[in-house]
Amino acid sequence: MESDLELKRKLYRTMLLIRRFEEKLIELKAQLAIPGLLHLYIGEEAVATGVCAAIRQDDYITSTHRGHGHCIAKGGDPSRMMAELYGRSAGYCHGRGGSMHIADFNLGILGANGIVSAGMPIAGGAALSIKMRGMDQVVVCFFGDGGANQGVFHESLNMSALWKLPVIYVCENNQYAISVAQSRSASIQDLYLRKDAYGMHGCKVDGNDVMAVYEAAQEAVDLARRGEGPSLLECKTYRWRGHYEGEGDRMYTYRTKREMEEWNKKCPIERFRRKLLREGLLGKEELANIELDIQGEIEHALQFAEDSPFPDTKDVFAGLYVQ
Amino acid sequence: MREISFADAIIEALAEEMRRDERVFIMGEDVGRFGMIYIDRPQLWKEFGDERIRDAPISENAIVGFALGAAIMGMRPVAEIMFCDLMTLAMDQIVNQAAKIRYMFGGEIKVPLVIRTSLGGLRSAAAQHSQHLEAWFTHVPGLKVVAPSMPSDAKGLLKNAIRDDNPVIFLEHQQLMYTKGNVMDGEDLIPFGMADIKREGKDLTVVSYSLMVHKVLKAAVELEKQGIQIEVIDLRTLSPLDKKTILKSMEKTGRLLIVHQACTTGGFGAEIAAMAAKEGFDLLDSPIHRLGALDVPVPFSPVLENYVIPNERRIIEEVLSIMAQ
Repeated sequence: MESDLELKRKLYRTMLLIRRFEEKLIELKAQLAIPGLLHLYIGEEAVATGVCAAIRQDDYITSTHRGHGHCIAKGGDPSRMMAELYGRSAGYCHGRGGSMHIADFNLGILGANGIVSAGMPIAGGAALSIKMRGMDQVVVCFFGDGGANQGVFHESLNMSALWKLPVIYVCENNQYAISVAQSRSASIQDLYLRKDAYGMHGCKVDGNDVMAVYEAAQEAVDLARRGEGPSLLECKTYRWRGHYEGEGDRMYTYRTKREMEEWNKKCPIERFRRKLLREGLLGKEELANIELDIQGEIEHALQFAEDSPFPDTKDVFAGLYVQ
Repeated sequence: MREISFADAIIEALAEEMRRDERVFIMGEDVGRFGMIYIDRPQLWKEFGDERIRDAPISENAIVGFALGAAIMGMRPVAEIMFCDLMTLAMDQIVNQAAKIRYMFGGEIKVPLVIRTSLGGLRSAAAQHSQHLEAWFTHVPGLKVVAPSMPSDAKGLLKNAIRDDNPVIFLEHQQLMYTKGNVMDGEDLIPFGMADIKREGKDLTVVSYSLMVHKVLKAAVELEKQGIQIEVIDLRTLSPLDKKTILKSMEKTGRLLIVHQACTTGGFGAEIAAMAAKEGFDLLDSPIHRLGALDVPVPFSPVLENYVIPNERRIIEEVLSIMAQ
């Protein structure tokens, strides 16, 4: 068993690693060093971190287009992630996937997904296979408030509840589906209430409080592992950046600077940092060491990515079919 | 050798694979007690029960998605989508997910997933229960597409599909369910990418698949009386495509007609024609023709439906028109 100190240290470090990794991506994107679309998770770090701390290494997750945080929190290697973002052969998918399609099946990361909500039935099917094989693992399915309005949300929650599958559907309610506020997408504000329509467990939690997320996730995971079926966990949080990196001033067409400043004050990392200092669990010096350590990890990831060659065009068909 | 129906061939293939490998299971609408709507054989459910013959809610996208999730975890699911028309409801999971998950994530994960569905037509089921959308699937890299015409092919190909580590779309024509044919006793796997010459001939090559193979074979008997010998190639698998058998036959006949039940425009016939024109241009004595359904939603009234879908008479006319060139 992990001590309280070890757990909290890990939670803090993971959140900070996600933040610093993505801050580096902002820089790289501005320099046009990385190609393609980039959807950043900054501001939402407590969700992936808290949830993934509540599951085991041999458990599974499915992720979304905004997936860097999930991948890091489940133990993904920032170097192989960075190489993938660079489109290099040492990347997780050898340059076939990019930001929206990172998977590490050995770590139980069943893949990020470019289609909103498409991971929901895949997570359900993974949970079905666990149940059919008599294993005790669980599957966590991350999705957003936008995803909650897809038809497959209904299909997947219904089937998972019907068959009492060990899956936890984690709704990261970051308030916006691209530009459309959640209040303009659904007539209810608490999406977790939909659990009742399927006869499943669920609750809402402050998604910017990593300990609260961790505890709520633990409860849902325990239920799933005990064979008591799926849960719908809604984490209320906020997307600090645009839908995609490079949105610029367009983001003020649908939200105000003031709203963003209000949420910045609820920064999950800063809140947790203050809490750790207040509790006396970690001192300023130790926190600074974590920061330094993470800087090193990111520098290493960057070097690893830049050192990796681009994929060879002669291999473009490799891996399409199992021969 | 035994004579069995197409439906029984499907059931035998499923049962044998389920007995051989406990990771194989079936999921779909009305697959259990009801015995699959157009197959009408509840014995699988009687033998394997609710757990492995899994009746699913009417949720096509999730049926395919759940099967996919189970497949990447090492199970070998056979999902059933009742009608090809309903595949449209599962297109995200088929096209964006199942077909791409291996390649997109670096070519490591296996996707041993079979999606069985039925092709319709010729029974007044009208526009939403009669479509042949195989060309949609052959257009997607990462999928394999199979459409047998005979019980023995159905059995051997389905068993091969279940053992394949790639996603396979398996198309079973509803009108073939009662068609009887000989199957071998014991294992008779049929590998993908191998067309079968169902009738030899020297004058003209007809390439077809699924139900239309039977119509072409009947037309062949009639044409023989008129002194024209057509060679009938049953593709069996559309993807991968056996180009060699088509080109070899064209070498002999110099003429090519493609017959399918799907609408003509954008149908799989266009792909075969393009391939044959490029790779077999010097072999041709006349233009390549293709015969498919008229480009209209399949109408309800039998008079209209029979007019829209290719039949023996129209196949004969098409052959004669090529021979006259």
